[in-house]
Amino acid sequence: MSQLEKNNTDIIIPSQEKEYSILNLGPTHPATHGIFQNVLKMDGEIIIDAEPTIGYIHRAFEKLAERRPYNQITPITDRLNYCSSPINNIGWHLTVEKLIGAKIPKRVDYMRVILMELSRIADHIVCNAVIGVDTGALTGFVYLFQQREHIYEVFEEMCGARLTTNIGRIGGFEREWSNKVWEKIEKFVNNFPSALQEFENLLARNRIFMDRTINCGPISAERALNYGFTGPNLRAAGVDYDVRVMTPYSSYEDFEFTIPVGTQGDTYDRFMVRLEEMKQSISIIKQAIQKMPVDGGFHADIPDFYLPPKEDVYNNMEALIYHFKIVMGESTIPKGEVYFCVEGGNGELGFYLVSDGGRTPYRLHFRRPCFIYYQAYPEMIKGSFLSDAILTMSSMNVIAGELDA
Amino acid sequence: MENELNKKVLEELVKVFSDDIKNAEESFGMLSVTVNKNKIFAIVKFLKENSETNFNFLTDLTGIHYPENKEDLGVIYHLHNFFKNHRIRLKIFFTTQDSYVDSLVDLYSAANWMERETFDFFGIHFKGHPNLTRILNMEDMLIHPLRKEFPLEDQSRKDKNDAMFGR
Repeated sequence: MSQLEKNNTDIIIPSQEKEYSILNLGPTHPATHGIFQNVLKMDGEIIIDAEPTIGYIHRAFEKLAERRPYNQITPITDRLNYCSSPINNIGWHLTVEKLIGAKIPKRVDYMRVILMELSRIADHIVCNAVIGVDTGALTGFVYLFQQREHIYEVFEEMCGARLTTNIGRIGGFEREWSNKVWEKIEKFVNNFPSALQEFENLLARNRIFMDRTINCGPISAERALNYGFTGPNLRAAGVDYDVRVMTPYSSYEDFEFTIPVGTQGDTYDRFMVRLEEMKQSISIIKQAIQKMPVDGGFHADIPDFYLPPKEDVYNNMEALIYHFKIVMGESTIPKGEVYFCVEGGNGELGFYLVSDGGRTPYRLHFRRPCFIYYQAYPEMIKGSFLSDAILTMSSMNVIAGELDA
Repeated sequence: MENELNKKVLEELVKVFSDDIKNAEESFGMLSVTVNKNKIFAIVKFLKENSETNFNFLTDLTGIHYPENKEDLGVIYHLHNFFKNHRIRLKIFFTTQDSYVDSLVDLYSAANWMERETFDFFGIHFKGHPNLTRILNMEDMLIHPLRKEFPLEDQSRKDKNDAMFGR
């Protein structure tokens, strides 16, 4: 190289090393369905590395719970996985009931099963319909969301709310389900399978859909277990772990259902597992309606925690005392620590509750399935296209509320 | 111990780590063992790799703070054996000055974010963690908010009587 060339700074010598571009995906990106930020290192359209940043909607639920009486924590749990709030609500009630040793009537158990399975269907509808949208098939989304609307009508009829339901109380339900509720459930159970079949026909054997989703964001069973996957994502990888079967709660042992498992752990398997789970849920709801005990009421007999009827409060001294104690959060709670888990829409939703006998939990920790499995995301999308990364995220069903708590 | 599986796991643990087990109890059917903080990695590795115990799944990892105790900070592990469907709980306690704990990331990838969360909220440092930074709170936060010395409500408020309305 001559002296002239050395001094001339205008000469651009191409670097021998490969240069990567950095792409910010999110925090608010229309394709990510929530507030997730991923800083992607890209080689053209191939993802080399990803760095997720979370916590954009962190609301300090665990700290809030340390100042709230037990019955006031239910609305907090609504906002974890807001696509299936009733499962979170009931999970929390079951945790407290385990701590206080309440005996729950079979009828309440079965009502809870119906409600939880309806929520599971609603949750899976969101996930599966959105997988469709992200592959470019908007039609299925429109049809299936109509059905989700019917589920929310059931919730609305039960408790007045649709999304953040705050449904049920410690010990059971706040009121008896009206005839209208039963009618709506009946109608939904009868109409849903055909709508789901339509949706399945649209996508499940669709060449474009299969090309797009098979081998997209796969994870092996071993890695999935190591990463703490639970729920449909773990089952898609081929591990038949389901809390409903392994440690049955709320009388799940009374029902016959199968657990679908996948083999590849890719987007297609996750889609198919959720599809089959919806069918199983419908079957569980049918069994529960059929087996529903006639008597047993709609709540357990635990006056320390379950609010008495209003007319008793005005006319009965005992009921007034209990009412006052519950509203002021002065019910006696035993000391102890419990871990209780339910099968949420996304996997094992756990509650680790430490009670020191005070009016509020000493410590409450939510084991949020999303938070735990989302950390596998960079590993799952490495080497894939950007568009596949979007699809992988929607098929993992990462819910921002549950992720950030 | 009423549960056979719990008894078995405890026996296996006592065989190897008899000096490091500080307390073992059963609460709501779950075996809960308090162990020596410096041996936590070895104990979890043993529990994971021993064919008798085989705890292949880390369910949960979280912190706890008891300001009245001498060893005020703690980490609580929930392990799960899928083959026998058996869960146990491990606990370690230590002082704030000595809040350095071995990371479990080499055993379970799931521990990565759970440890970051515990660090974020309790200021417990995990030795050997690949990226021990805050995860849910903002990075320039100065406190570890789930410790009990940081009350939820503004302490300068005079209009609330804590004697009547809890802590």
